[in-house]
Amino acid sequence: MTYRLAPIDKRPFAAEREDDFTVIGSVVQRSDARGHVTGRTEFFEDVAPPGLLHLKMHRSARHHARIRGVDLTAALAVPGVTRILTHADIPNNLYTPLKLIGVGPDDEPILAVDKVRYLGEPICAVVAESEAAALEGAARVRVDYEDLPAVFDVEEALAEGAPLVNEYHGQNFFKYEGHHCRRIRFGDVEKAFGQADHVFEWRYESAPIEQAPTETTGCVVVPQADGRLRIHSDTQACFFTLDNTALILEVPFNRLRIVGGTVGGGFGGKVDVTVEPVACVAAMVTDRPVKFVYDRDEEMQVSSPRAAERIYIKDAVMDDGRIIGRKVTLYVDSGAYARHTPYGTTKAAAHLPGPYSIPNVWADCHCVFTNRTPSSAMRGFGVTIGDFALESQMDRVARALSMDPLRLRLLNAYRDGDLKAHRKVAEGTALVEVIQKTAELVGHELPEAYRRMSSTTREGL
Amino acid sequence: MPSQIVSLVVNGEPREFIARPGTTLLTILRESLGLTAAKRGCAQGSCGTCTVLVDDRPATACLVAVETVADHSVRTLEGVASDGNLDEVQSSFVDNFATQCGFCTAGMIMVAEALLDRDPDPSEEDVIEAISGNVCRCTGYRPIVIAILDAARRRREAGVEPGRPAEEAVSR
Ligand code: FES
Ligand code: FES
Repeated sequence: MTYRLAPIDKRPFAAEREDDFTVIGSVVQRSDARGHVTGRTEFFEDVAPPGLLHLKMHRSARHHARIRGVDLTAALAVPGVTRILTHADIPNNLYTPLKLIGVGPDDEPILAVDKVRYLGEPICAVVAESEAAALEGAARVRVDYEDLPAVFDVEEALAEGAPLVNEYHGQNFFKYEGHHCRRIRFGDVEKAFGQADHVFEWRYESAPIEQAPTETTGCVVVPQADGRLRIHSDTQACFFTLDNTALILEVPFNRLRIVGGTVGGGFGGKVDVTVEPVACVAAMVTDRPVKFVYDRDEEMQVSSPRAAERIYIKDAVMDDGRIIGRKVTLYVDSGAYARHTPYGTTKAAAHLPGPYSIPNVWADCHCVFTNRTPSSAMRGFGVTIGDFALESQMDRVARALSMDPLRLRLLNAYRDGDLKAHRKVAEGTALVEVIQKTAELVGHELPEAYRRMSSTTREGL
Repeated sequence: MPSQIVSLVVNGEPREFIARPGTTLLTILRESLGLTAAKRGCAQGSCGTCTVLVDDRPATACLVAVETVADHSVRTLEGVASDGNLDEVQSSFVDNFATQCGFCTAGMIMVAEALLDRDPDPSEEDVIEAISGNVCRCTGYRPIVIAILDAARRRREAGVEPGRPAEEAVSR
């Protein structure tokens, strides 16, 4: 048995009850480990009901195009193909996953209707006796496209005359309570730029990041004798999937039963509701069990990644390292549909200007539609890329001032009682102590005055 | 080509089934024989989740046409320990937190079994080399390497002879 934990420093928790510290620092066995190491853990694809049908998707070969027609003749002629679903088969074809918490409008079809908005968008679902027949059928669907101009860049998408990606929004950005973006207005940044000894502005950019779980997204839907559907799924969000699927199928929630909780890696990539609704429709119309599981290449191409972001940060900085103003313009690439990205953008805004007390802050955070794969959740989405940009900015500011980057952070770190840019009072802050401890662990010398700083007081600043 | 009867020795038992030529060993194990420990992560030989042992050597079952290994011996995770016991590799994976979602675990353990059967005292580099074809997205490779080295030590201490499966599984 190897212990990799250093003993816990409990000093910061002196006020906490000792008996609350029973788990951290002790060895607790995972409840599911035994199943994993014996191969007995049941993943959704280990379920093999008799009479199982296989579903494969025919996907858009265009980034942005009008669909003039879909020819299913050759696909239906493939031996073993039993049924091909189009948008007309889906009871409530238009949805958006966050409608459950009041986010709208519905902006995404389960199966494309008259237009495709990204490469790989589902157009029709081929259901067959074998996986091979389903693949063959999907390959033989013929779609007649009329190409439309596509836009792949967040700033180009917001420029005058850009092609309109998603008609349900009416413009290439998500509207927040009537505003074109999520905004922060705190103090007066322009005045701060006028007073600053230095003004630094840099741009940061990230690419989409695929979660790449070892188990691809999928489900097996089994019709029950009582008319209910049992859904075996690797979704990360069982109830969320169940409720959204019920809305899409226009059935009461209690018509569906979801068997899940065993997820072969998710990392946020399995919270969208992409496979269950169409597999349920296929199971309903055929009254047979149906499996729909992504191939590895589908997982990489169409499962929604972490959004690409572009971030401009402009800082007003004094000679001594105090940051007196920060202006952030942030663009989050939602791809062709909203999914969870309006929420991710809100999180990004909530995270600005970083864990620092800056008296003047201005931020515009745009959730932008482009003809790229829809982005969605991934580990700390909306936060991690912003952190990368903010902390890179801190390092660059320190370098420009020839200052120790840890001292720059200690000077600007928020303290308990500071009013943050969102007009919330900071409490329970610990950045100062975390930096001090880190410096100690890596042997980074800090002057006495910095070692004496504390999150609970602004003394010594 | 018509389907044919194929036989394999799976976890020590002779098994017969009907297979269309070109059907993968993975499909046969999972769908014809009901042995679902080996997983399909990519179906193209690049992730290692489907790894089983064919004649005691690791093979990505998703790439093996089953008729090409007819009459050979195949070992899967189901055959590693019996009667609810865990062998040294399995218990070491549990104790060292070498599994999280568990989807890569069957492949990782089979690779480790083959390594330790061949070499009871592998170096860290040997372990890294052995699992280099297996992707894990959750746990991180460090705990897996530690678990395999620890399993080797447990096996040496228990006096399990290399080259053959543990006679007496460690009961936990
Ligand atoms: S499923 Fe065989 S290597 Fe990935
Ligand atoms: S434990 Fe999830 S892939 Fe390894």
